[in-house]
Amino acid sequence: MIEPIKPPRRKNPLLRTRLPASPPRPRSRTSHGFTRAAAEGRFMLQRCEACGAFAYPAREACPSCLSVSLAFVDAPRRGALLAETTARVPSDIYFRERTPWRIGLVKMDCGPTIVAHLHADCVEGAAVRMSLQLDKSGQAVAFAHPEGETPNMADDKQWREMTADPKFRRVLVTNGRSVIGQEAIAALKAAGAKTVFVGIAEPWRPFAGENLLRGQDGIEIVPLDAADEKSATDLAADIGGKVDILVNTTEYVRPGGLLDRKGTSVARDEIDQAYLGFINLAQAFGPAMRMRGADGINNSAAWVNILSVYALANWPAFGAYSASQAACLSLSHCLRAELRPGGVRVMNLFAGPVDTEWFQTVPPPKVAPRAIAQAIVSGLKGGLEEIYVGDVAEEIRQRLAANPKALERELDR
Amino acid sequence: MHSNNLLELAGAISSGAVRVVDLTFTLSPDFPVIVLPPEFGQAAPVRIQEISRYDGRGPAWYWNNITFGEHTGTHFDAPIHWFTGKNLPNNAVDTMPAKDMIAPACVIDCSVLAAQDPDFLLTVPLVEAWEAKHGRIPERNWVLLRTDWSKKGWRDYANLRDDGAHTPGPNPAVMKWLVEERGIIGFGNETIGTDAGQAGHFEPPYPAHHFLHGAGRYGLQCLCNLDQLPATGAVIVASPLKIQNGSGSPLRVIALASST
Repeated sequence: MIEPIKPPRRKNPLLRTRLPASPPRPRSRTSHGFTRAAAEGRFMLQRCEACGAFAYPAREACPSCLSVSLAFVDAPRRGALLAETTARVPSDIYFRERTPWRIGLVKMDCGPTIVAHLHADCVEGAAVRMSLQLDKSGQAVAFAHPEGETPNMADDKQWREMTADPKFRRVLVTNGRSVIGQEAIAALKAAGAKTVFVGIAEPWRPFAGENLLRGQDGIEIVPLDAADEKSATDLAADIGGKVDILVNTTEYVRPGGLLDRKGTSVARDEIDQAYLGFINLAQAFGPAMRMRGADGINNSAAWVNILSVYALANWPAFGAYSASQAACLSLSHCLRAELRPGGVRVMNLFAGPVDTEWFQTVPPPKVAPRAIAQAIVSGLKGGLEEIYVGDVAEEIRQRLAANPKALERELDR
Repeated sequence: MHSNNLLELAGAISSGAVRVVDLTFTLSPDFPVIVLPPEFGQAAPVRIQEISRYDGRGPAWYWNNITFGEHTGTHFDAPIHWFTGKNLPNNAVDTMPAKDMIAPACVIDCSVLAAQDPDFLLTVPLVEAWEAKHGRIPERNWVLLRTDWSKKGWRDYANLRDDGAHTPGPNPAVMKWLVEERGIIGFGNETIGTDAGQAGHFEPPYPAHHFLHGAGRYGLQCLCNLDQLPATGAVIVASPLKIQNGSGSPLRVIALASST
């Protein structure tokens, strides 16, 4: 039975903030098949294409028939906990600081036996449900959950190392003007965030929903124009040490590609808002977040980007916008690497056209802003790194994996 | 003019007998800019990016890169800014006569009326009433509309509602009259733009822009400290950046005024 976590007390300023440590990183290249699965919240194992046997850990050849055709496929999650042990004085600093730490052997219904981190409610001999998670090093690990729901399940200490649950955390939503921003604020509050700081650029411009935001407990409107270096730095000077989760809701969508646009001023705005804004936010808030990765219940935990799925493949109708999003996607990988020592996750959420005024003339299906907000929360709770929201995003992902050239030609319409 | 007079002026400035009043807002990212419907091209906002600040990027020096649109902050409008002035000679900030950068000003105080009505409009009768008190507006003078709008907080200053901005300015008749009957060199306003916030609905739309620039005259906007100027007798120094074929520019506007 899990004790619910309590709202963290204010810090004792006489004590040094505990610095983040990282669990072991090395993995074989083949093992990154698990990383990909964990990033998307899937449970995949290698399965021999010749004899059908599942294998674990990652192998170069099938342990049953020696075939080298071992592709990662979605696998059944059910297994039974064969044996468990509790590490009390490990030599690794990360685990040493988090003892006692339970691990166990899970015999999968589909065959292999897996060494897994254990949720506290897993009982030896009982059925478990497996997931692949990214640990604080960003590497895939197996995690065993009790088969059913248990009280305060998400508050399990070991599970919280794998996730970035908004509960009791302080979140900065960088742009509260947009519908997506406002839906994200509501979803994060509903998920138990202690405070949601809401960035508002150019506060002299009124915006829809403003009165609603101003009236609510736990919502603090702060001046933030991410595209302005000084604005980002000034805000970080005030609240940089209190941002546990940053949700980058910058939104600057303009139609058009190259030839039917005149000049670079719109492209420049796109880059200014999306790409330079990202850099300003990262430079202002990243260092403190990286430093506070092990700072108690409300340690800094995650950075969320909302990207267009056309960051992955250019959609010429919104061609310059797609390119600005591709730049942000590339930058997010840099940020992920640089936040890694702090154990801070960078979660990218990809969406197709959203149901907002800038995609007004685009036919459905379009993503509802609320669906994006819900995906942010579920992604944080599940410790994901890549989320595809909506049918268009999922389809682009699949078609890109199948044949990037075909996708390029088909988007050219 | 005898050169001694210029030295006298310099001495009077130095002694404080002639006040130098700064009519300029600080050029900063926080200052409101003109808002156009988002499908139009937008003025780039003011951005200030550090190159170095006595640090690893430049140990002994501090400097910035700045970017902004020609029409940000306290700024100057040249005739080429508007379609009515597009074919005039010397209509851009780099080609306009340098002597036009210094001229006397008539300051029309409408602060009481503007406080009562954000859509306050300057009219011919109001200017005639002002002339009855202060004398006829001389040719090649600036007319500066004092509304004390510059003393407001940014939100009230921009005063954007769902039907656009509501800020004071001139009506079409007075603009035509000031240009044609009084031969003013330009018109200055405290708000964002020489025109009123709702001037897009006037006939012609944006009459200050329309008539001023069509006649080769100039505009100044986002002025402050007009309350420190006398109704007549101040001299405005307004020299925009010499931007090639520029339609305007942020600038430092100063006024020389007698201290008595």
